[in-house]
Amino acid sequence: MATESIIPILKLDNFLISSPQIAIHDRIAVQYKDALLQKIAETKSKGLILDISAIDVVDSFLVRVISDVASAANVMGCHTVLTGMSPAVAITLAEMDLQLKGVFTALDIGKSMKILQREEMRLRD
Amino acid sequence: MTDYEILVSTEMDIIAVREKVRDVAKGLGFSIMDLTRIATAVSELVRNAFQYAGGGTVTIKTIQNLHRKGLEVIVDDHGPGIPELDLALKGGHSTSGGMGLGLAGAKKLMDDFFIDTKQNVGTTIVIRKWL
Repeated sequence: MATESIIPILKLDNFLISSPQIAIHDRIAVQYKDALLQKIAETKSKGLILDISAIDVVDSFLVRVISDVASAANVMGCHTVLTGMSPAVAITLAEMDLQLKGVFTALDIGKSMKILQREEMRLRD
Repeated sequence: MTDYEILVSTEMDIIAVREKVRDVAKGLGFSIMDLTRIATAVSELVRNAFQYAGGGTVTIKTIQNLHRKGLEVIVDDHGPGIPELDLALKGGHSTSGGMGLGLAGAKKLMDDFFIDTKQNVGTTIVIRKWL
């Protein structure tokens, strides 16, 4: 039985997509990470799209959460694409010199899918 | 001039406080970019206070100098203090990882940044952003 997650994780073709609508505080973060990784394992997804368009503040804690998910997903052969970052958040992250490692970024979900499909094709060759 | 003093003792408070600061800043007329900078800086500092000191007090003040208005936020805790402050302010090293990143990040985002920390006594951080 998968870890219950307050934040929905949906299946979209071979990929997973999740769009947190609430602030991810510490307790939720652990559950969310676990749920994401369990879902990746269950569905054997090659890609995860994290849509953060509803999140207005991304601090170093959230960057850590995202990086952790991406690293673990990577180990399972799953790429992570971060999308929906607002310009304000992007500038703030740049100014704080916070780097999101091991994560693709895309302007929207459509482009995220393209990135994941491209990575999938690459593996086939 | 509005003042708010908020006690932080749970993780939920981190989010509540940053939303409150954001509200006050918005009322003052800060741009959306600055609102995000301020909220993020506050989030970093309050998280540190919660994580290392078990909580603290956050004071939100509208301030004014001769030329313009601004926002001041004071994060005060009675925690262990910050060791190797210079290192932490430069962005930290891997062992102080989270703390270093947050502190240095908050400093970069705000206009004014003052910190007073004493081992086993606590830490007080004052940050300001001007319109």
